[in-house]
Amino acid sequence: MTYDELLCISPYSLGKAEKERVLTERLTELTELHRRHCPEYARMLDSISFDAAGVHSYKDLPFLPVRLFKELELKSVPREEIVKTMTSSGTTGQAVSRIFLDKTTSSNQQKTMVKIVSAFTGSSRMPMIIIDCPGVVKNRAMFSARGAGILGFSIFGAKKIYALDDDMKLDVEALQAFLEKYKGQKILLFGFTFMIWQHFYKELLRLKEQGVTFDLSDGILIHGGGWKKLISEAVSHDEFHKRMKEACGLARIHDYYGMVEQTGCIYMECECGHLHASVFSDVITRRPLDFAECDIGEKGIIQVVSAIPESYPGHSLLTEDEGVILGEDDCPCGRKGKYFKIEGRLKNAEIRGCSDTYAAKF
Amino acid sequence: MTNLEKYNEAFTATFEIAEEQLKGLQYQDIDAWDSVGHMSLIAALEDTFDIMMDTDDIIDLNSYEKGKEILSKADYGVEF
Repeated sequence: MTYDELLCISPYSLGKAEKERVLTERLTELTELHRRHCPEYARMLDSISFDAAGVHSYKDLPFLPVRLFKELELKSVPREEIVKTMTSSGTTGQAVSRIFLDKTTSSNQQKTMVKIVSAFTGSSRMPMIIIDCPGVVKNRAMFSARGAGILGFSIFGAKKIYALDDDMKLDVEALQAFLEKYKGQKILLFGFTFMIWQHFYKELLRLKEQGVTFDLSDGILIHGGGWKKLISEAVSHDEFHKRMKEACGLARIHDYYGMVEQTGCIYMECECGHLHASVFSDVITRRPLDFAECDIGEKGIIQVVSAIPESYPGHSLLTEDEGVILGEDDCPCGRKGKYFKIEGRLKNAEIRGCSDTYAAKF
Repeated sequence: MTNLEKYNEAFTATFEIAEEQLKGLQYQDIDAWDSVGHMSLIAALEDTFDIMMDTDDIIDLNSYEKGKEILSKADYGVEF
């Protein structure tokens, strides 16, 4: 199955059995492809005597620990075909993952993301406020996860402004002018959770005391990158939603879960507050002792699979996050596929996530 | 300026290249036309022709020639 065929499927339309069939076929093909083209990956599969004939489900496929991309340069295409290298977010001194993209994989990432996000925001493009500073996308040779996130979502922005300057200060006048100009239109806001809280929400509160208010009731906010710092400030998911609404009327807020090692396949939060897996990827929770699949409702280590990666062997990865599958095909929002929540990072795992690594400086 | 001249200028101004380089130019052929440059190009084309492109067309616009084909569609109605 080619990825173009997969892209024709509506992101949340397949029930469990059908999705398993489609993903098993594609992910088994990817496993074989990377075995042929990435020598390090081939040695790993040989060392566990992996045989694709024994695979009945994509859940049987081997997974690599996500941190391996920090230690090894893993790629399945010749160097001259690489058009972009993306790096994970890390705090100072931490090693970062390096992900190598060719034209096909890079373009499929963007196409997939458009499919997924459109299922929530609609396909029309909107005026867009990026709650970050323009400096993040300046270094184009090495792409950070933060820049990649901003750029990936930029395609939905018809006209764009950065709400923060390079000192991470809110540009009040530019924001006012922008909101005035696009008054009455649906506006997309995008940013990383902690930056939104620290540099946007807190600033809105301060301005409100001075009588300067902003009306973002027509806005849709998409945010991601981790909750660690907010949880330490005792700001829960519900509290975040409540406070944003109080501060500027913003009521439509979608968190997302995703990582640079599987860019494109993001997991968007629905109206019921659940993160959803699309047909292009899946999450499997595993028990720490024997890596057996957890039951629904049981906390485990999250494995992610993505049908996209052709230029690097990152289609099946064990993350350092813990989470719980809440159900499959039966979320009240009507979307099919698994829905889940993230419980946090494994103990002793490094901090990562665009929001959390930035927050570590505070 | 003709539409073709305006179209060419969106490319040459965004990527800081000469007009002679345009024929056959593809996405990722030059450093300037990377994913960041691509969004700048789209913004330039949208401003130039006062249009709003679909996300699918933004992704499909992967060469100088393909862009002309896309903008010529009824949705945008740019005649070359």
